[in-house]
Amino acid sequence: MATKQHYIEDVEIGSEIGPLEKNPTTQQLVKYAGASGDFYQIHYDKDFALANKLPGVILHGALKNAFLGQLVTDFAGELGWVRKLSVQYRGMDQPGSKVVCRGKVAKKYTEHGHHLVDCDIWLENAKGEKTTPGSATVILPSRSAR
Amino acid sequence: MANKIVTDEARKQIGRTGEIRTYEVERGAIRRFAEAIGDSNPLFNDELASRNTRFGGMIAPPTFYRSMGSPIPNVDLPGMGSQFRGLDGGSDWEYFHPIRVGDRISVQSRLADLRESEGRLGPMVFIVMETTYTNQFGEVCATQRSTAIRY
Repeated sequence: MATKQHYIEDVEIGSEIGPLEKNPTTQQLVKYAGASGDFYQIHYDKDFALANKLPGVILHGALKNAFLGQLVTDFAGELGWVRKLSVQYRGMDQPGSKVVCRGKVAKKYTEHGHHLVDCDIWLENAKGEKTTPGSATVILPSRSAR
Repeated sequence: MANKIVTDEARKQIGRTGEIRTYEVERGAIRRFAEAIGDSNPLFNDELASRNTRFGGMIAPPTFYRSMGSPIPNVDLPGMGSQFRGLDGGSDWEYFHPIRVGDRISVQSRLADLRESEGRLGPMVFIVMETTYTNQFGEVCATQRSTAIRY
């Protein structure tokens, strides 16, 4: 598999997750609308978005959720599992500008025989503003208990 | 201060459920979703490469569930005028089992919470839906709590 497998022994509180850079375009928003079935016009119809007092078309919150999902499934790897994922849409993002997903390990613990890490995750815009903060709980494999 | 829109009477709607909708998960739908979000993880794209993993085949990415909508229960808020605008506040997901190609996923939403707070522009209403995704074996694969904001 393509991504590097992380094991519980490899991570400490403060360990960084990502970054994962994305460069969403209007075309990607159209693809996402088609794949998800969310056809709200503010995501691909500029006139409609402007008439709704938006600066232009904006990213689907759920697409940013998907980007953060990729951040944590990449981190979990094939042997891990994303147990929880939370996102809050605090700010709008527009296509044509990069966004970066990042995260940090906040807690490391064992529960029901699983090695877990709680992570703070977020998506930031090109100015470094966290428009979409969130959190995740990931089960990681152990190098010893196999 | 008493709520203007989310009254005690309105809160009695909490627990209302919507209709169940069932989806059959197609390989092409997973691939198309992964492509749309730009995620090239072989687990979501490559059947052959996924066959040798512990999953034994392709699975869906964690937000693929967004492509399986279900009708939300009616929420009657007579105090909320038509000038109210809506936005997606966010989602809290829990994942218990993977979704595989060929799974039949039943989706149902339930009104989990109704709240009101006073914002800069007047009252803000928070409508929390909890959606449960259950596979053909009766296993809950995931739950999503999503918050819609009206202001």
